[in-house]
Amino acid sequence: MKLKKILPQLATLFVVVLIFGFFTMNAQLNMENRGIDFGYGFLTQESSFDVQFSLIDYSGSDSYGRAYLVGLLNTLLVSVLGIIICTIIGVIIGIARLSPNYLIRTTAAWYVEFFRNIPLLLQIFFWYYAALRALPLPQDAEAIFGASYLTIKGFYTPSLNWENLEIFIYSVIAAIVAIVFVRIHAKKLRENQGKHLPVLNISIAILFVLPLLTFLFGGVNVGYETPELKQLAKTSFKFEGGLSIPPELLSLVIALSLYTATFVAECVRAGIQGVGKGQREAAASIGLNRKQVLNLIIMPQALRIIIPPTTNQYLNLTKNSSLAAAIAYPDLVLVFAGTALMQTGKAIEIVSITMLTYLTLSLSISFFMNWYNAKIAIVEK
Amino acid sequence: MSTLNLLNPSKDNLQSNLYLGSFLVGISLLDVFLNSFLKLNITSFLPSIISLLLPFLLGMFGLHLMRIEFSGIKNLDRLNKNINTNNFNAALTLLIIFLIIKAIPPVMSWMILDANISGDTKDACTGSGACWTYIKVWFKRFMYGMYPNEQIWRVNLAFIFLVVLAFVGFITPQKYRNLLTLYYVVIYPIIAFILIYYLISGGEFGLEWVETGAWGGLSLTFIVSFFSLIFCFPLGMALALGRRTELPIIKYVSVGFIEFWRGVPLITVLFMSSVMFPMFLPEDFFMDKLVRVIIAISLFEAAYVAEVIRGGLQALPRGQYDAAKSLGMGYWKMHIFVILPQALKLVIPGMANTFLALVKDTPLIFVVGLAELAGMLQMAKTNPKWLGYAMEGYVFAAIIFWIICYAMSKYSYNLELKYKTDR
Repeated sequence: MKLKKILPQLATLFVVVLIFGFFTMNAQLNMENRGIDFGYGFLTQESSFDVQFSLIDYSGSDSYGRAYLVGLLNTLLVSVLGIIICTIIGVIIGIARLSPNYLIRTTAAWYVEFFRNIPLLLQIFFWYYAALRALPLPQDAEAIFGASYLTIKGFYTPSLNWENLEIFIYSVIAAIVAIVFVRIHAKKLRENQGKHLPVLNISIAILFVLPLLTFLFGGVNVGYETPELKQLAKTSFKFEGGLSIPPELLSLVIALSLYTATFVAECVRAGIQGVGKGQREAAASIGLNRKQVLNLIIMPQALRIIIPPTTNQYLNLTKNSSLAAAIAYPDLVLVFAGTALMQTGKAIEIVSITMLTYLTLSLSISFFMNWYNAKIAIVEK
Repeated sequence: MSTLNLLNPSKDNLQSNLYLGSFLVGISLLDVFLNSFLKLNITSFLPSIISLLLPFLLGMFGLHLMRIEFSGIKNLDRLNKNINTNNFNAALTLLIIFLIIKAIPPVMSWMILDANISGDTKDACTGSGACWTYIKVWFKRFMYGMYPNEQIWRVNLAFIFLVVLAFVGFITPQKYRNLLTLYYVVIYPIIAFILIYYLISGGEFGLEWVETGAWGGLSLTFIVSFFSLIFCFPLGMALALGRRTELPIIKYVSVGFIEFWRGVPLITVLFMSSVMFPMFLPEDFFMDKLVRVIIAISLFEAAYVAEVIRGGLQALPRGQYDAAKSLGMGYWKMHIFVILPQALKLVIPGMANTFLALVKDTPLIFVVGLAELAGMLQMAKTNPKWLGYAMEGYVFAAIIFWIICYAMSKYSYNLELKYKTDR
């Protein structure tokens, strides 16, 4: 009986060790033959390649380690923008799928069926090579809201010039901390005395008033710089100044968010439908009005169903952002597993670092979500 | 008859409200229609902003007049219930209808009316619409990649064989039905492999050898998805069972495997298979690029399949396990005859989603230099003779992929209904 349990485990262990041993042995032999040495020392060496778009200062004289950071930040930028936009679209479409209006319902369903069934890579290609290429040249671009321009070379919009930005950020942090305290206090008040504080209104007020005060007393000031059209040569124009978003980033964010929004929409729909009809009826029968039913009964239960699969979709979006390599947006894969790998030839080190980065990202988010799920799970009696 | 109250339509003036309302809605639709199809602006005498908003305002007022509850007219009630419940819904309804009317002419003229399909060169495309000539000329490349033209019959023959063999299940007599699982899981993949190895790859029986680098287009999409699908399913099943056992080593090996592959993007896995994997193999050992890709995708998707199947296993009530054990079944007997048939039935939608994801992921093989449909499009797009037709290519590929994926999801839905049993 005991043997029956130990034997298959030993066999598994043996196979795993054998495979890993085989791989390591071969890797050592291969590297010896090709004269490559294993090590992560190259990270501090000068990279001597340039990156088109980066959030931090970077030039060819910086190290590979910094190039890695540039790639990672670009990946995170795409992911965060994509997650925000796909959530907005996804929630709207998900709710629209449950609309009593036949036309809205059908349109939303077609949106989901359409964008979900076309490979993401094809969509990215479409936006980058076909749709955004149809935009006007900088000199022909028309202004949107007076100062923003959508051109074939990207999106140009005024940038904000902050004075004493730190004070402003501190005030926002202070406001968030204050809101947390207000919420705790309101909860205590509700549980002990049954009093309801208008938490949402107070929170919004704090969030606006505190940063606003810094403008009046903290010396914070904000100006803006508009993009200006500059003539480089006879037929070559270019926008300078302001904030510029390259077309790679634009098409990547559009494609990722439209694609992922279909999955988010399905999660939202399933979540709302997953709350039993009886809950709604019971809430109505004890005299709650429509808004209270939605806020106090439906949403808390629906969110429990919606959040775990939606987080999965956010993770997928983050992983899918690696498709950036296909349209030369300098994300982690392109900068590090592409250019840096070509230059150093350190295949094992670079691919393993890249994979480990994504793995850490995914695992930490899923650990957080598991913890969160356990925390909000309904404790059944 | 009481006085006509336009602000508060009621059943008293049903007819007059209804006629006035439908007249207004009709006018507003007519205006948009003429504007969109015939480029006529019948309200051009008005200031531009009013001219623009007029159809919307007319439609809103018309729908408002028509919103009469319990009118007793069946169609009106149905209309009100479905698209005209309140002002907000009426506004959305109108906007959607206007959008559809506005979108039809440009799309139609681009795709059909002003499009060209005749001729064999770029010069044939004179219209302002799509240039389907481009698709026609490149069609063989989009389907078969760089596979030599005179050998294409081999690919066709192999695929026809495979499709015919796939239909064996429908004509098998009742007597041999129980052998079908064996046929589809073991024999069919072997036949498929033999067909592809000898017929498409060639090199023997007087057939010319065609290297895998020349394969491509849609046929490669099928080959990669087919084999990855076949390999990832049993592997995923084994991993799911492994994750559920009480034997710690097997359990943690499975968990580690699943979490690793689920945590990394496919593109890095393919990078690994192309630049890192050769380092792990003996120097004189050569493994084809295509084989490496299929292995990589199978391992990757197996992790997702495992999680889907685990969901099914967990959803089965404990009683099923207990009942099977009480009949004296061992681990394997219990799983093969009691647990897995029920669990797999439960996870049909999840499996279909995973397989769809697999098909949609195949274009990523461009990173290792294999060009299936999307990859061929990139190649054709940069051909100096055919510059500027990216849009046509993407629309074409999107339609093909959409049809494949939509058909798969509908099929899985039917399968789900077919095997649905009430408990």
